[in-house]
Amino acid sequence: MTKAEDVGGIDRGRRRLIAGAALGGSSVLMARTAMAQAAGPLVPQSMLEQGQPVVTPPYGVPSKFEKDVVRRPTDGTPTDLSSWSFTPLQDLHGIITPNGLFYERHHNGVPTIDPDQHKLMIHGLVERPLVFTMNDLMRFPAVSVIHFLECSGNSLSEYGSKPAANVQTSHGLLSCVEWTGVRLSTLLDAVGVKPEGKWILAEGADAAAMTRSIPMEKALDDALIAFGQNGEALRPEQGYPVRLLLPGFEGNMSIKWLRRLKVGDQPFMTREETSKYTDLMPDGKARQFTFTMQAKSVITSPAAGGMIEGGPGPVQISGIAWSGAGRVKKVDVSVDGGRSWSEATLDGEPLPKALTRFRLPWRWDGSPTVIASRVTDETGYVQPTRKDLISERGNAYTYHYNAIAPWKIGQNGEVTNAYAAGA
Amino acid sequence: MPMLQEHKTAAALAAVFLAASTAAGFAQSAGKEGVTKTELGSTPSDDMMKAWNIDIAPDGRNLPDGSGSVSQGQEIFASTCAACHGEKGEGGEGMIGGRLVGGKDTLATGKPVKTVGSYWPYATTLYDYVHRAMPFNAPQSLTPDQVYAVSAYVLNLNGIVPDDAVMDKETLAKVEMPNRDGFVQMDTKTLAKTTACMKDCTPLDVSK
Ligand code: HEC
Repeated sequence: MTKAEDVGGIDRGRRRLIAGAALGGSSVLMARTAMAQAAGPLVPQSMLEQGQPVVTPPYGVPSKFEKDVVRRPTDGTPTDLSSWSFTPLQDLHGIITPNGLFYERHHNGVPTIDPDQHKLMIHGLVERPLVFTMNDLMRFPAVSVIHFLECSGNSLSEYGSKPAANVQTSHGLLSCVEWTGVRLSTLLDAVGVKPEGKWILAEGADAAAMTRSIPMEKALDDALIAFGQNGEALRPEQGYPVRLLLPGFEGNMSIKWLRRLKVGDQPFMTREETSKYTDLMPDGKARQFTFTMQAKSVITSPAAGGMIEGGPGPVQISGIAWSGAGRVKKVDVSVDGGRSWSEATLDGEPLPKALTRFRLPWRWDGSPTVIASRVTDETGYVQPTRKDLISERGNAYTYHYNAIAPWKIGQNGEVTNAYAAGA
Repeated sequence: MPMLQEHKTAAALAAVFLAASTAAGFAQSAGKEGVTKTELGSTPSDDMMKAWNIDIAPDGRNLPDGSGSVSQGQEIFASTCAACHGEKGEGGEGMIGGRLVGGKDTLATGKPVKTVGSYWPYATTLYDYVHRAMPFNAPQSLTPDQVYAVSAYVLNLNGIVPDDAVMDKETLAKVEMPNRDGFVQMDTKTLAKTTACMKDCTPLDVSK
């Protein structure tokens, strides 16, 4: 439809409306309805009637048309109290995860905690054990910083024989927000760590009393005692009212609902750093304290579980890259199954230990192919292929899977995980 | 001029306030000096420190007084653990708690069965974890005697302590777990193998 026709259509409708007005009230209504029908999509209904008043509702929610953009739970755990849900990466833009879509991993449910009752105690090998109320914590100097958080079990499906069918399930134990809080080093300065203090036990106030040992070096570096998430208070699922945040380290260590920090001279060997979150090698030995989430990237559009709508032609490839070791240096994208790679454009300057959005325009000719992304971080580390990763670690490693994710594009535009059955 | 007068009043008030607060020892200061080290927070009471200090170190430090035997543990396990972990900790279909027993010599087979018996490096972790997190539906509901007893029972099911074993803060700390030396402490290993090849590269292996 040309522009001239467009304008003409509105004109015709308006003339009819004017004619109707001369005939009185009820005719106006009839005429308006007739006009709306005649005009069809040319004048949308939203312009013909008044909208919703302010504070409908007081706390804003997404459009009803976005109802499918939700976290989805795993079907792999026998109880939904110790379970996880995935962020819908395929539906997100940029690098920030909305608070309601932040992935979840709890070991015995989400506790309900009154911030006025909550306290954080720091004790152990310190000069002055102290207890802080939320009010105390908020009176310390604070900072806001953008960091990703990734469960070390993210993409664990890709080690095994049943790779995930869609990017939400294969990569969705990953989120990135702006955190606000007090540097842990500030609080440690207040209690005065004794020279023998080398590790800190962090404990949550949940029904799992989740505990992990944190090396002192990390605690004094960039660890944060966070109470803010994307400008508002932490969500209950993310540790309300206060959590630990260890940028770049496996998510489990960033203890939620933080209530206690105990300084010790050695690691505490909790269940979550012995029985779990250790990486079993093919020789039967397990790697322990594998904290850093190494560089990883994934194409989120078009992505496994989705579709290239509308057939061959221009397609905007877009995805995210990140590294627990620092900044993303570059992202390469292949549209021919890895035979050749092109450097993608990065949205702005990459932030350390944060998601970086990459983009690459592509003209799809309609033939089946495999697309993939590969990140290099500022330490020079290159995201490995699955073959390289598994040949070094075996299939029972479970955690820290960070290999290149190839998506298969079918003739019909269907996008599938190239490793998944039936792909 | 009314405007000016208002200003004057405000300034005078501020001066009075400043003088008063300085006199009371609350000098206004901005910047880092604004917060001195020990101004915020309070000293925890001994009771609070004791009640909160529940972690057990791998050398047994902080294990409480009390004791429990394998046979006492068997009874407690049957009534408070078996529904989720199986009568003998064997786990299995429909069991939400998973397996606690067996898996000996499976770690290097490619089909590892990781349990308290086959994988855990410290018996003290069993006490620590059961006390803080189990039973799943009623965490921290067991007494020290009961935790010692179920720990003894789970270790006995794994063939690590004899049928007549009694666990307390001395004996539990001395238990040697089969996989005690099964861990290598290191941060995530960097793979140097993959290179950022741009042209004429080896295609990605997309075989299953
Ligand atoms: C209502 C079900 C339930 C009951 C009852 C229960 N457990 Fe558990 N148990 C679980 C679940 C679920 C987990 C895994 C928790 C997680 O995912 O972090 C677990 C984990 C464990 C583990 C860690 C296993 C490992 O290899 O890491 C031990 C040990 C354990 N339970 C012992 C006990 C004992 C002893 C009792 C009785 C005092 C008990 N459990 C009662 C559900 C239960």
